[in-house]
Formats: sequence, C-alpha cells, structure tokens
Amino acid sequence: MTDSLEIIDLHAKIEEREILKGLNLTIRKGEVHAIMGPNGSGKSTLANTIAGNPKYTVTSGEIRMNGENILGMEVDERARKGLFLAFQYPCEVPGVRTSNFLRLACNARAGKELDVMEFYDKLEKKMKHLEINDAFMKRYLNEGFSGGEKKRNEILQMMMLEPEYAVMDETDSGLDIDALKIVSEGVNKLRGPNLGVLIITHYERILRYIKPDFIHILVGGKIVKSGGADLAAHLEEHGYDWITKDVTPTPVSA
Amino acid sequence: MSTLVQETAPSTYKEGFHDDDIKARHKVPKGASHEVIDYMCDVKGEPDWMRAFRHRSLDLFLKATLPAWMPGLRDIDYDAITYYASPIDKSANKWEDVPEEIRKTYDKLGIAKEEQKMLGGLGAQIDSEMAYHNIQETLSKKGVVFLSCDEGMKQYPEIFKEHFAKSIPPEDNKFAALNSAFWSGGSFVYIPKGVKCDVPLSVYFRINAEQFGQFERTLIVCDDDSFCHYVEGCSAPVYTTNSLHAAVVEIFVKERARCRYTTIQNWSTDVYNLVTKRAFVYGKGIMEWVDGNLGSKRTVKYPSVYMLGEGAHGEVLSLASADKGMWQDAGAKMVFMAPNCTARINSKSISGHGGRASYRGLVQVNPQATNCRVQVNCDALILDASSRSDTYPVMEVDGDLVTVEHEASVSSVSDEQLFYLTSRGIKKEDAVSMIVNGFIEPIVKELPMEFAVEINRLINMQMEGSVG
Repeated sequence: MTDSLEIIDLHAKIEEREILKGLNLTIRKGEVHAIMGPNGSGKSTLANTIAGNPKYTVTSGEIRMNGENILGMEVDERARKGLFLAFQYPCEVPGVRTSNFLRLACNARAGKELDVMEFYDKLEKKMKHLEINDAFMKRYLNEGFSGGEKKRNEILQMMMLEPEYAVMDETDSGLDIDALKIVSEGVNKLRGPNLGVLIITHYERILRYIKPDFIHILVGGKIVKSGGADLAAHLEEHGYDWITKDVTPTPVSA
Repeated sequence: MSTLVQETAPSTYKEGFHDDDIKARHKVPKGASHEVIDYMCDVKGEPDWMRAFRHRSLDLFLKATLPAWMPGLRDIDYDAITYYASPIDKSANKWEDVPEEIRKTYDKLGIAKEEQKMLGGLGAQIDSEMAYHNIQETLSKKGVVFLSCDEGMKQYPEIFKEHFAKSIPPEDNKFAALNSAFWSGGSFVYIPKGVKCDVPLSVYFRINAEQFGQFERTLIVCDDDSFCHYVEGCSAPVYTTNSLHAAVVEIFVKERARCRYTTIQNWSTDVYNLVTKRAFVYGKGIMEWVDGNLGSKRTVKYPSVYMLGEGAHGEVLSLASADKGMWQDAGAKMVFMAPNCTARINSKSISGHGGRASYRGLVQVNPQATNCRVQVNCDALILDASSRSDTYPVMEVDGDLVTVEHEASVSSVSDEQLFYLTSRGIKKEDAVSMIVNGFIEPIVKELPMEFAVEINRLINMQMEGSVG
C-alpha cells in the first residue's frame, strides 16, 4: 500500500532471543499511532527493527514503506527514503559539531548539497520553536547534553529531515514537564497529511500533549489490544495487569 | 629489503609520483663515508669547524648502536643510501628562479599556491637543498630571519654557533649523529626580542631521489618575549626501495617567548622517518609541538621539551595515523629542570588496515623541579582487528610537590555511533570518517585552517574502506 508504513507478521530476535512474535501494524500518512507496553514487551526492539539496527535480526515478516519492502535496505538507505527514528538514548559523538552533522544529514536526505544559507535559516527557525539556543550548534553532537537537550536535539533533527514516517522511541522518558511540552509542541507542528508517526511509550503522560489517533498495547512481542485515545486513560488507571491477565496464554518475555 | 609497491603503498597516496627530469647536479657515491663529507664541505664552502664536526659525528654514528626498544629498524641498509644529492645550483627567493623541472613538481604538490595562504614565509627543500626560500618584507624589516640552515651558518655565524648542536649533540643518538655528519638544508629562524610573528613560516620537504637520505637541520631561536609559528610538511615518491629521513630540529625559546612548531608528516610508505626534535625553554617561555604523523614506513619521533627556566610550559599535541604498511612510534618527552613548570601531552592515534601506532612518552622531573605539574592524555582508536596500538609511558619523578596526571583510552568505532549516524541517512563510510575526524578534532582545531583541511583530507583518504 502506498502512503503507509506496514508491519506484517514481524518476528525479530536479538542474540538468539525472539522478542517480536508476529507483530502487525499499519500507519498511514497523516496518522499518529501510539504503542504502549510494559517493560520487556518489545517496544524498543520494534523501533530498532524498523530503523534497521543490525543488532536485531528479522526472522520472518515484512516491513513495507509506501509499498516497498525495506528489510533488505541498509539503515542509511531507509533514512534517505524518509524513515526517522527518535532515539531513546541518543549517543554521543565527540568532536563532531552538531551543526556539521545536521548539514550532512540534511544533504544526504535531500540527495544533493543544500544551499548553506537556506539550511541555516531553516535551522534557526526550528531551533526557536524548540527553544534551543545558538551555542548548542557549536557543541559536539550530544556530548555533555542533558537528557532534555538530547531529546530536543532528536526532535530538531526530525524537523530538519522532514521524514515521511517517524518512530519516537520513549521520547518522553527523562523529560521534565516543561521540556515535554516543548518537545510535544514540536511534534504537533510536524503533524499533517505527509507524516505518519509512531510514538512508543511506557507512560500515558506524553499522550496528553500529543493526541494519538490510535493506541496499541504491546505485550509479549505482539499487539494485544488496539483502540482510540481513551485506551491510554484506562491504562493509566488500571496498569497493564488487566491486559496481561486478559490475554496471556503467551508469557511476557523479559 | 625491497617490497612490492602494491603492498606498501596505499593507492590513495596522491604525492607518490616520480619526476625523472630532476637530476642531481652533485651526486656522490652511495654509503656513509668521510669522502662524502669532504665533498659536501667543499661544495658548500663550509668553515673548518663544521668539517671537523661532521667527521666526528660520522665516527659517532658508525660506533653507535640502536637501543633495544627501537622498533623495526634493523633492516635499514645504510650502504645502499645516497647521502647527498642536490638538483639545484643555488637557492632562489623568486619562483621564476627555481629550475623549471623542480617548479613542476612543486606545482603538482600545490606548493606554489601555498604562498597565497596566510604565510609569513615559505621554503621548499628538494633532496639535500633548499630550492626556494622567501620571507615577507614586513617580517624581514622587523629583523626576522628565515633562511636555509646553510645560509644561516654563513650569514649569522654567531647566533648559529651559539646554538647549533647545543640541545641535540651528535652523541645524543645514532640518528642525531647521522644527521650531524650529513646535514644539509632545513631552516634557520631567528625572531628578535619582542617580535611577534603572527603568520606562520612554512617549509615543505620533498624527497625526489631513490634510496636517498634527507638530513635537514633546523635551528629556531625565539629571543625574549617573541613569538613564532613554524609549519612543516613533506612527501616523497613511491619507490620499491627504502629512503631515509633523519632530521634534527633544535629550538631555543628564550624568556617569556613562545614557539609553536607544527608538522604534517606525509612521507610515502618506503621512507624511514627518524627524527630528533628538542626545545630548550627558559623562564616563563612556552613551547608547543603539534606533531601530525600520517605517512612513512616507520616513524620514530618524540618531540621533547626541556624546561630549563622557572615557570616554563611545554606542550605536545601528537596525532598519528598508522595505515597499511606503517608503524608510527610517536610520542613526547617532557623534562622538568626548574621549579613551577607545567606541561601537557595530548596524544591521539588511529590505526587501520593493519597499521600499528605506538605512543612512547617520557616525563622526567628532576630534583630541583619543585611544584611542577604535568598532564598526559593518550587516546587510541583502532579501526579493525588487524591493526594495533600500544602505549609505553615512562615517568621518572624526583621533584617535590609534583602533580602527574595520566589518562589513557583505547576505543574502536562503536556500533551505536554508526547506527545513530547512518539512521540519519549518512552513508556508513561517511559516518566512519565523521567519527574519526571527531576523534582527532581536539588536535586539528589547534591548526591554522588550511593545514586542518589538509590533515582531514589525508585522514579521510586513509579511512577509505577501513570499516567493512
């Protein structure tokens, strides 16, 4: 299907341990989906597998982006085609200036050398949205950044790269309420008919600021329940226990 | 001792071309002999004291043995080397006066264009002699002297004799003795009291002849309260045989003066690069070595700072990249001889394609050197399993109230970093090059822009295909 990111009966493992056990999910452009689940349910594995992290192996199933199977593609190729992963733990790259990195990434995504002035104009605007100060760009990529700064940097990259599909892996973790508001506002600005979003989270908190169209509950490597925004509130109140009790023949893997 | 070119030379070495049009005007028989010394002294018209000094140095060289720790030098065939070759009749200070065939070589290397950079002076040595040497008029009017070492000896005999071989006598080591016997070319720099030479003086060394020994000798004197930045670069053609480069660099940093000496060493992988570099620093003086080793078959070089006056400061920023066929044995020596001195060594090495990088460092604090402080940091980045990195730090501390800090790390390009960068659409090889360039950034950022760009270019060429 064009204009969608489809995950079809996906099985994936890390170090011989199967984590995803037949996951199905379709995200159309213009939609915001949230995946919630307890620790160890496979949330991060899903995010990493979509992006193509070589640590994870897909044993069966498919991931299709705009109708094209992306499983045979390298990480960078997926990204250039419009896939974006906001990392749970963005890593530090000493000695690489954030601005240089962003320019190279934007050039790679565009498939050409972008006009430098235009690039910096755009960057300045996006930084204002996210309340990031200028000194930030001269700093080395994520080095010595606070948790909040790292997450803001992820959203900034997302704004600059203008992906077609964005997966946000626990973007809310480690953020205080003010930072969470700023980050959420950034994501809300990006919402629109050309972007499909998958928010992966443990807590319902972020979903107060970014209202999803659909919520899915992931337990034991499978989606066990899907519903509208009200599902989050129910989870907040009752925890995950009622679901695991409700559905488990499959035990929750660690 | 000869090896196939394909094995020793990475195809990315752009400076490896031969220029057969360049012929030595004076060529001497192979081998390190007293006859060659007499011939050189006659051709150069040198004073008797220098002739005696050279002969004495050759005797020392012939007697000297190599220290047991010195890596991989036993296969050098000293008899196969030519010790003096001059493709010019005299040094020029205008490009038009440089012989055409040599100018062509410099054009290919982009040396003539160097002059358009922000430089205070430019020199270019080919084989044994300086083909070109020029200094900006504004600097010469202030009394700054920038000549070939041979000219320095003739024109400023007093300054020359007062300092020559005083920090590195021929007895120091086998290669210092060899250089002392056959030295030719190199620079003589004198910065008068209080003169700040804000733009770098730059010299480029080229070996053109095959199985050749280049023995340039550089003497820099920074008088009280002065400043200068000297930058050297080098390259050689790729041959199937080995050449030898054994330079001696002596620097005298007088009271409150500051000298920075930057090297971008890019010899082809058939050159043995065995260099002795030493600075004597007097009260509150500052010496900074920025030592980039990116080429050669073997490099054995530990720029050193002898802090002789109270409050002196020494600094070595060492960057070594050991690619296929290379062994970079680089490092630093900090010798404290006076109270209240400080020093810092920051070494970064990269090894890839089976190359080997070693850090060898000495920190020596003598009893009279109280209240001193030294910080040593050495980081190694290993790109693949076939490459190697070693660290040999030696600390000898006899002074009181001395603070010594030593930190070392070894790392590889991490999977997490690669995944993060490639997940933004950046190709894997570009991501590796970003990580490597980031690793050396703390040293590269100390260089003038043009030289920083050159280092990054050379490193990126070596990176090609290094992480599979």
